Amino acid sequence: MTERTELVLSTQPFLHEGGRTPRIMKEVTAAAVLVLIAATWRFGIAAPLVVGASVIGAVGAEWFFTRHKASSPLNDWSAALTGLLLGLTLPPSLPLWMAALGGVAGIGLGKLIWGGLGQNIFNPALVGRAFLQAAFPTAITTWSEPTIGTKIATVPQTLFAPPMMQADVDVITTATPLGLAKFEREITDLVDLLFGSTAGSLGETNGLLLIACGVFLVWRGLADWRLPVSTILATAVFAQILAFAMPEACPNGLFMVLSGGILFGAVFMVTDPVTTPTTPRGAWIFGIGVGFLVVLIRNFGGLPEGVMYAILLMNAATPHIERYTQPRPFGG
Amino acid sequence: MRLDPRGEAGTFRHGIHPPEHKGSTAARAIERMPFVDEYVLPLSQHIGAPSAPIVEVGQEVRRGERIADPGGFVSVALHAPVTGHIDAIELRLHPNGRMMQSIVLHRDPWSAQTFEGLEPVPWSGDEPKAAIQEIQRAGIVGLGGAAFPSHVKLSVPEGKTVTEVVINGCECEPYLTCDHRLMTERPEAVVRGTQILMELLGGVRGWIGVELNKPDAIEALKAVAPDDIHVRGVQVKYPQGAEKMLVEALFGVEIPKGGLPLDRGILTNNVGTTAALADLFDRGVPLVERVVTVTGPGVERPRNLMVPLGTPLRALLEHCRLRAETVQVIAGGPMMGAPQKSIDTPVLKGTSGILCLDGPATVDLQEFPCIRCGRCVRACPMFLNPARLARLVRAGRAEGAGEIHLMNCFECASCSYVCPSGIPLVQWMRVGKTELRNLQRKGS
Repeated sequence: MTERTELVLSTQPFLHEGGRTPRIMKEVTAAAVLVLIAATWRFGIAAPLVVGASVIGAVGAEWFFTRHKASSPLNDWSAALTGLLLGLTLPPSLPLWMAALGGVAGIGLGKLIWGGLGQNIFNPALVGRAFLQAAFPTAITTWSEPTIGTKIATVPQTLFAPPMMQADVDVITTATPLGLAKFEREITDLVDLLFGSTAGSLGETNGLLLIACGVFLVWRGLADWRLPVSTILATAVFAQILAFAMPEACPNGLFMVLSGGILFGAVFMVTDPVTTPTTPRGAWIFGIGVGFLVVLIRNFGGLPEGVMYAILLMNAATPHIERYTQPRPFGG
Repeated sequence: MRLDPRGEAGTFRHGIHPPEHKGSTAARAIERMPFVDEYVLPLSQHIGAPSAPIVEVGQEVRRGERIADPGGFVSVALHAPVTGHIDAIELRLHPNGRMMQSIVLHRDPWSAQTFEGLEPVPWSGDEPKAAIQEIQRAGIVGLGGAAFPSHVKLSVPEGKTVTEVVINGCECEPYLTCDHRLMTERPEAVVRGTQILMELLGGVRGWIGVELNKPDAIEALKAVAPDDIHVRGVQVKYPQGAEKMLVEALFGVEIPKGGLPLDRGILTNNVGTTAALADLFDRGVPLVERVVTVTGPGVERPRNLMVPLGTPLRALLEHCRLRAETVQVIAGGPMMGAPQKSIDTPVLKGTSGILCLDGPATVDLQEFPCIRCGRCVRACPMFLNPARLARLVRAGRAEGAGEIHLMNCFECASCSYVCPSGIPLVQWMRVGKTELRNLQRKGS
């Protein structure tokens, strides 16, 4: 027998389940790419352009701010996912430089400033969007009409507006279902909401596809089912309670769940493990809090939509929720 | 107060389902390892004080003869695994990686290696103290891996009463099949040892818990078990064989934090240890050999072997044809075993298996930041938050980790097994526990 002097010493265990963080990121990315493909069908080539710009902004910022590090965090795929998710929350006619800037803000202010992956309090993609909402309130609430398979190759001229200049091109704009409900008291047909023929952010308008993505994430063990389920249930229940109390002012629960960003948020934002509670009871509290705040903002706030702020507010509460929902130790 | 049994197929909460890898040896009958020339017996093979040698260099010893006395109450004797002479008492490499005082024994090539002059040990349930002393003199320790002296466990302190004896045949570690084979081939020895324990403790019920992936073992035990010994299948899940987990599976009770099964009137014992008690009292044979599973992709002929204690791993691996591709040799199972830096270390009383891996499965894992996915929290059988504990220990805040129950961790490594970021969580637990113990020592 040969002499073996170089046996490898390492620590227990000598088996590993095989799940890896980059793979988790890639699988969530794959689900988000499906949403992007659907968005391309509905909004044309503008969808991949806007999303691409925010991915470039996010990945570029991650590379720039961590370029001195020996092992680049780019290979964990989380920056690409942040850019992708941010892009899908943006309106189809947003100038590309704004989308890219949102990506930079999301990674820079939403993640790296806290210490990188796993350290941030707030969802980075939503930080990017909140930044854009504050900086460009008009552009980010300008919704173009979905073209649904026609004019896929047509590029809206607004996309190429130069930075800081007023775009002097016209787009056919329209209102989102939530805008219609809030300002015109008009409830959009549920079938349109399910199949995504309404106006809205790139990723939010196809209810059925989003539900399928949610099932995929839970099935692959990438998300705690309690988070999306509690978010959606709480939104429906609180909205329905208000609809019973004030039928002329508040839309019903089903409409509230299927319109706007609640499904996209419940499937892709609330399930971000970094910024949401890891404890089972904490997950319920988080989702219920998001649902409650969304209904509150939508019905009584100045804006027609409130998913982004609801999630960001609950992100801030997450460390406290977690502290008070720690499991009882065995035998303790 | 009697505990209510839960019935068949109980289990604990949380835990993991690693691949079993038991197929290559589960159906292989135990074979006797051929004798080798040299045996190395470290004086410290158990938890507690090292044994004290009572032989001199050059002295002739018979197989089964006592060669070292217990070095204290928490300590046991040591016996010659073969007939031969004492070559040396010197420092040798221990499987734990340190140099340890060891008795080196050279086998007499002309001896027939039979047990001579060993008589059944007389005992009686009326005088348990004398019998328990015999167990210490026979060198019997827990054979499940921890190697805790059995007589200490059996010396129930005043004020505590035992109502249940639980024999642990779970063998939840992947790859290992030594207990499985023992239960299948020698069920009567396991049952006999259980009866001895029940008689020594008096007025107790007997339970044998076996994971349901060993139906042949369950059947064999049931065929020979009397009415007062209950053979129970428990679900296949790691770490089902941890005593607190097995107690939860059988009775649905949680052992209090920081406590022992004894606090609920339960005494647990491994099946191998239990069979060793039968060998001692019925045949007079002390602990000189044990079953070892030699397995893994790194050996050509995986086997369950009856091995004299002190046999160098090198001999076992030659016997099982070690492959040149082997890069890691582990004493024990893949979850809780100890990696060996040399194969010149010996088989100890607590060595349940030798696992040879042909590619380091875990050492090459690139570490990513914790993304708080919570998989470790859902795996931990002690309901701890391993990620949070590791973060505190890493930041030098072992005391803070102690406040969130770090000392409850028994290092089953389920957290590291599931971590997608490849963080060596269980290693941080061990670092933190050592720091906490040092702090407590300084404080007192």
